[in-house]
Amino acid sequence: MIGAAQRSISDYAIIGNTRSAALISRDGTIEWLCWPRFDSASWFAALLDPERGGLFSLRPTDAFHATRRYVGDTNVLETTFRTAGGELRLTDLMPVASEDAKRRELWPAHEILRRMECVEGEVSMELAYSPRPDYARAGAVLDDRGRLGIFCGNGDEVLVLRAEDPLEISTGSRDARASFTLRKGERRYVSLVFSKREPAVLPPLGAAAGARVDASLAWWTQWIARCQYDGPFRDAVVRGALTLKLMTYAPSGAVIAAPTTSLPEHRGGVRNWDYRYCWLRDSSLTLQALLDLGYTAEAESFLSWTIHTTRITWPELQVVYTLYGGAELAEQELPHLAGFASSRPVRIGNGAEGQLQLDIYGEVLDAVYQYVRRGGRLDGLTKRMIVGLGETVCKRWREPDEGIWEIRAGRRQHTYSKAMCWVALDRLLALHEAKQLELPAERFARERAAIRDQIEQRGYNERLGSYVSVLDGDDVDASLLMLARYRSVDPSSPRMRGTLDAIRSRLGANGLLYRYRGADDGLPGNEGAFGICSFWAVSAQALAGDIDGAATTFEGVLRFANDVGLFAEEIDPATGAALGNFPQAFTHVGVIDAALVLRAAARGDDTRAATAGGGHV
Amino acid sequence: MSVGSVFLWGFVATIVLTTIMSAAQGLGFSRMSMPYIVGTMFTPDRGRAGIIGFGAHVVNGWVFAILYALAFESWGRATWWLGAGIGAVHGLAVLVALMPVLPGFHPRMANEERGPEPTRSLEPPGFMALNYGSRTPLVTMVAHVAYGAVLGAFYHVARRLPSG
Repeated sequence: MIGAAQRSISDYAIIGNTRSAALISRDGTIEWLCWPRFDSASWFAALLDPERGGLFSLRPTDAFHATRRYVGDTNVLETTFRTAGGELRLTDLMPVASEDAKRRELWPAHEILRRMECVEGEVSMELAYSPRPDYARAGAVLDDRGRLGIFCGNGDEVLVLRAEDPLEISTGSRDARASFTLRKGERRYVSLVFSKREPAVLPPLGAAAGARVDASLAWWTQWIARCQYDGPFRDAVVRGALTLKLMTYAPSGAVIAAPTTSLPEHRGGVRNWDYRYCWLRDSSLTLQALLDLGYTAEAESFLSWTIHTTRITWPELQVVYTLYGGAELAEQELPHLAGFASSRPVRIGNGAEGQLQLDIYGEVLDAVYQYVRRGGRLDGLTKRMIVGLGETVCKRWREPDEGIWEIRAGRRQHTYSKAMCWVALDRLLALHEAKQLELPAERFARERAAIRDQIEQRGYNERLGSYVSVLDGDDVDASLLMLARYRSVDPSSPRMRGTLDAIRSRLGANGLLYRYRGADDGLPGNEGAFGICSFWAVSAQALAGDIDGAATTFEGVLRFANDVGLFAEEIDPATGAALGNFPQAFTHVGVIDAALVLRAAARGDDTRAATAGGGHV
Repeated sequence: MSVGSVFLWGFVATIVLTTIMSAAQGLGFSRMSMPYIVGTMFTPDRGRAGIIGFGAHVVNGWVFAILYALAFESWGRATWWLGAGIGAVHGLAVLVALMPVLPGFHPRMANEERGPEPTRSLEPPGFMALNYGSRTPLVTMVAHVAYGAVLGAFYHVARRLPSG
């Protein structure tokens, strides 16, 4: 494993099966795995504590140089180790298959399959396996059952490790090890399966395991073949789509923000949060990205989750929910874990659940609007629910809130929140005018106009020549870029152009954007530039008509992806280091969205049709 | 066994159960809706599913009322607390045994192993139907205990009537 001091967030790549994910380091170590769900307790958490967290590594015994890539346009990871004696390819994946295939034969609930292939010379490998269930709070006792594998139980859950070579359990029965040598042309498989409340399914190794690799490659290849994007920066868009797909939770349709917790926004600092939940923020852009890329089923599933699974809090919306729409995410700290690069505390759960963010009403209702605009139909229950959300907006838009950035320093009158309340009512009125639903149009229109007046009179600062973060304020933040994106302001208006200039000059650094600067957010330490904001700037630039400039900006930001095309939540503008939870769904949504806007603008299409709020129902 | 009493009080008990569960939904305690779950076995249309499901749920309530009545008859007595006891066992069976296997026979319900193919199916309830909200087990138990208590209390009265 890479030494703790040298570790970088961009050293990791992800594999997954749309129910859970694992992070694998550049040296072939699985350092993060939560089973059975994204938000379950970890089995391996060396990412957050190299000593205690638990890991599963497969790497050469001798010194090596590693390179890696995803196999074609798939989520199957391939790491190539080059040693003095030869070269070996390690293929890592969570096998996937169609529902039909899973009905035809017995599949384990979860599996990680690891294939080693020696392609040149001879390479000696060592396997180290140290499961540490429940965030390393529970004891791990390994039980060797011979050819059936090594079992590690925790309550009603069991992990089974199987290999084609003998595995040896260490004294104390907490770890297992093996070493073996592969010569050119030889292959070995290692399988790790999980079961909860049921007997474990033990799939065969050897050729049958090879068939699972091939089937998974075929599944991902077929899935990405449905991607309808044919514009510039296609590789980034495709990787963005594949990553976004890994962040979806297939049984409910939810999209998580990231599969990790507590990767620091400031190395060594306290800005460490659990992102394994579902934020309604960016729901509109997520839905639009899925629809525009041709993934209608994923989009419908996500919208259904957004409207119906979250109904426990209806007619109010909460900032963040669990995978099944649960509203309770009590935040707690895990003091026994050292934290990534000593960044403490490690947190699980998320305190943002108790915050008020009025912008999410606009996000959700714009998502519904986009869905209908592309031919989707709303049933009676959905209509009643979204009109209820509109009533909440009418009642609460004047209130201060924590805002899109979840500032923990008290509520304020955020301009972006007001603008998104305007978007919420605007989209409902558009649906009403298109005879899609009934609502008190006169009252909704009156409230919409009142919000507009507030934004233009108090949300714009004449001295700065820019819209501002809070009413009557004199600071800017990157969320204001989205006023153009959601068409609550004309993107080419002098006021919006001035805002774009002010944001780039005050928040820009090395081609990236901070989300805000200098504001008291209630936390010590600084953070990096915000990934998605940097992509919002691309969209805003393109919408304002500067297409070449937008393409250049886009290219510059894309250079900050890691070697396999993944982005974290934030980027250190000085070093280019990834910061925050990884990989981040919303940053990849930003990549896709910027590319879509840029393509529309470059083609001379009506960008209104490519942006939220554009076009007609 | 008094068929008329089973028919009448089975209906009333089912309405009480449904009302408790619907109130819990309205108050944000749970997203569990048996009429909706049953209805979506027959149609994907949310509106029609609610109506069909309600009808099927009432029939279901009657079928269970017959079983409760048979139990009362075999014991030779019916009281609200005996009914509540059967209701508690009934509720527990629904939560622990029925809910986890429901995705196996519900044609429009996803299972926990679904993926990567997306779904617009109903989300699976999970153990104790906890996926529908952390208070779902409590709500389900209260509703079924109330169902049994209504049947036990009124079936007891009915047996003393000349027609019973």
